[in-house]
Order: sequence, then structure tokens, then C-alpha cells
Amino acid sequence: MALLYQNRQYIRNNIAKKREDGRTNEQFRDITIETGIIGRAEGSARVKIGDTEIIAGVKTEIGKPYPDSPSEGVIMVNSEFSALASPDFENGPPREDSIELSRVVDRGIRESKTVDVEKLCIEKGEKVWMVFVDITIVNHDGNLIDAAGIGAITALLTAQLPKLNEDGTVEREEFEGNLPITQIPVPVTSGLINNTIITDMSKDETECSDARFTVTTIENENYCAMQKAGPSELTEEQMLKIADIAQKESKRIRAAIKTAVKKHKA
Amino acid sequence: MASNVPEKYKTLIKNNKRIDGRKLDELRPVKIEVGVVPSADGSAYIEIGNTKVLVAVHGPKEMFPRHMINEDRAVLNVRYAMLPFSTSERVRPGPSRRSNEISKVTRHALESVIFLEEFPAMGIDLTLDIIQADAGTRATAITAASVALAHAGIPMKGLVAATAIGKINDKLAVDLNGPEDNFGQTDMPIAMISTNKNITLLQMDGDFTKEEFKTSLEMAKKAIDPLFEAQRAALQKYYE
Repeated sequence: MALLYQNRQYIRNNIAKKREDGRTNEQFRDITIETGIIGRAEGSARVKIGDTEIIAGVKTEIGKPYPDSPSEGVIMVNSEFSALASPDFENGPPREDSIELSRVVDRGIRESKTVDVEKLCIEKGEKVWMVFVDITIVNHDGNLIDAAGIGAITALLTAQLPKLNEDGTVEREEFEGNLPITQIPVPVTSGLINNTIITDMSKDETECSDARFTVTTIENENYCAMQKAGPSELTEEQMLKIADIAQKESKRIRAAIKTAVKKHKA
Repeated sequence: MASNVPEKYKTLIKNNKRIDGRKLDELRPVKIEVGVVPSADGSAYIEIGNTKVLVAVHGPKEMFPRHMINEDRAVLNVRYAMLPFSTSERVRPGPSRRSNEISKVTRHALESVIFLEEFPAMGIDLTLDIIQADAGTRATAITAASVALAHAGIPMKGLVAATAIGKINDKLAVDLNGPEDNFGQTDMPIAMISTNKNITLLQMDGDFTKEEFKTSLEMAKKAIDPLFEAQRAALQKYYE
């Protein structure tokens, strides 16, 4: 439901002094990460950032590799903004926002070479594992990209590969080995509201924002993916500041992901 | 970034020269022509190296679909498409995930300079057809779009131009061509406003350190100037 004009103006006018929920400008809401929530999936995670909640699940299939990479498996991220998650979402084919989210999360994982796709090759040119990460939004209270990114990598880290039978068929729900994961990319998104940089925007704040910038960081503190969106321009300084915040916050989030995965495997 | 790099593209920089002979901070040759689609309200054709794009603006006009009307301002409808014959493998016509996302970020790249509030409840259709692709298609399209919007007489606070900064063989380089994009390490398309060099589009994939990101922004600021000049020259030539 769109914010009333008055509420929007209130948030915009006061943002430099205080946020609706009392957080500081760069402060995240509480993040909780649960693993192994979908028994049928090869890997899964539920991530909550404040009232935002997403579920990510990993499924695998055997398929033919792309002609230009015959010895590489395939990884694909997809998301659905189900109508159950927000009055703003409608059922039907994926819209611009969900496509963007999928592609931003996908790039973070792909560009950091998080999944060692060469290890997913079964028979060169013929058979490879195809790994699908599907994300569904359960409740929308802003910052969906970060929640989805955290969910996707957590689900991948806990995912196992199904057992392959002698005849080349897949034995479902019997597993042999983990997915070959080499990185933990973490997206951190900040927005610009009335010229103030705000991290982890709620849905209301997102509606008041002029632009946002997602920066995905890997373990060695390098950036592996970025995406600016929103109609407003950003200055060079604002972008560097947001990239700094991402570097800092991603460390803490990565530690939380590791803890959740460790607990899962224990 | 394919892991199987053909032999001839393993070395993308030799003696500080790139495979097409350019210096690291050099743009590909730019050619812009205004008014190439007579039936449109504004149009432009652009070539940057081997990337060729046609852009047309229709509007401001009545907004369709009607439920998308914004009573306060015009709505900018952007449609980016790679035409089927534009790449070595045929592109399936119709929207894809990629083209949908690019249409969205392109819209955001241009919206902030257009005085959309001058045309409440109207629509401005911007069609970007990539007729030949050799990397940098979204950047090239944005540079042309801004010219086509100016040609359509739509009031703007500045022009928007775009290029890409990339990392190839561990070095930062401006305006990647096809092989550099395919076999390089990083690609960062970036759009800026002519008047203040603020950033209206930035995407990045690959690998950047904090320092490299900072340097890239500085490089983009300098490298983009010839594009603004080319835009102005093309518009001036058209009205002479």
C-alpha cells in the first residue's frame, strides 16, 4: 500500500534527525538466519531482516551445458514476489523489480565465482549439474535484495548434491557431498533519502527514497557486484561512502551466515 | 567471464596498448547522428566502435496503459532490445530478464535530468534498439537516448552520457570492447550528468578493490567528456 503523501513527507523531512524505528543511519535491523527448513530441497534458508522475510531453496537437475562452456555446470537465481508477501505484489509473470533482484543476487554469486562450476561437470559437453536457487518473499518490509542475497548463499552453503545412479538418473533425497562453494558474497544496500544515506531501508523508507545502491562484497573485502537503482543521481562521495558501509557491514553478516551454516552441519 | 579464454585473448594489453590499439583511457571512435527516424518526435543513431544503436522518442503524448498514469508527472517508458541479428548467436526476440533489467536501470539513468513534472499525466516512450552489439550496449544506448530526448525538445537539466570502466589483465581500462568484456575481469557501466558529473547509473560485476573502485570513478569522470562533446556537436550540426 503506498504511503500517504503526509507520511512520506514526514519521513523525508525527519530522516536526517531520526528514523521511524529509532535506528541510526547505518544500522541494520536484527537479522536471523535459519537453515534446513525445507526437507525436500537440496539446501534451504529462511532469512529475516526485521519484518522482512524470505525463503531460499536450492534444487538441482541434470542438464546439457552451454555450448561455450562445455565443462561447466549451470547456476541460476530466480525470485518470486508472491502476492502473499505484500499488497503491492500481484500474481502473474515476474515484474521488473523481481527480475532486478534475481539478477543482482545472481551476479553477486556468479561474478565472485562462488560456485565452482567446473566441479559440477558430469560428462563434458553432455551432462552437468544445473543448480537453481529460488527465492520467495514471505513478507515485504524493505531491503529484499540483501535478505535474498543472504538467503541464497546460505542455502547454497548448506546444499548437498543428490546421489547419481549408475544409469545416470538422479536418486532424489539421497545425497553425496556438498556443493562446491568457494566464496560468501554478501550484498549490502543503502539508499538516499532526502540527501541522507540510510542503510537497510524499511519498506516505508524505500518508498521515500530517491535512489539506492547495492554493493556486494566478498571475504577479502573486494567488491564483486554493484547496482545503482532509483531515479535520483548519486555523487561520487555518496557512492564511495555506501561502498564503505557495505564493506563494514558485510563482515558481520558473513560471520552470522557462517555461524548458521556451522550449526546446520553440526 | 568464461574460464576457457581463447589464446589470442589471453593478453588483452601489450605495451600499454589494447587489442584494438587504444590506450587504457581511450574511448572507441564515436559517431552520433540526430533525426534519423523522421516519424519520431526525437531520434538518434550512434556508433561507438562496433556497437550500433538506434533510439527514438515518441512523446510527450497520451499515457498508455492508462492505469500507469501519474497525475503529477510524465512517465518515462523505456524499452531496450537487442535485435535478433545484433550478436553472433541469434537473440530471441521479445523481452528477456536481461533486457527488462536494462530497461529499468536505463529509465533511472535518464529520469533525474528530465523535467517530467512539466508534463503531468503524459507518457514519453523511449525505444532503444541495439542493431549491432560489441559490448557497452546499455551505455551506448543511454548516450544516444539523451540526444534523442533533446532532439524531441524535452526539457532537461543536462545531458546524460555513459561508458564503462573495466579491469583487463589487472589494469583499469575505459570503454571495453567485446573481447575485453568477455575475457576481462571486471565491467562497470556508468552514466553521468554533463553539468555536475553525478552518477545516474552504475553497475559492476567482477572484482574491484576499494582503491580500484575509487580510481574507476575518477577515470570515468575524465573519459566521459568526449562523449558529452560528441552529443553537443551532433545536436549543433543538426540545427545548423
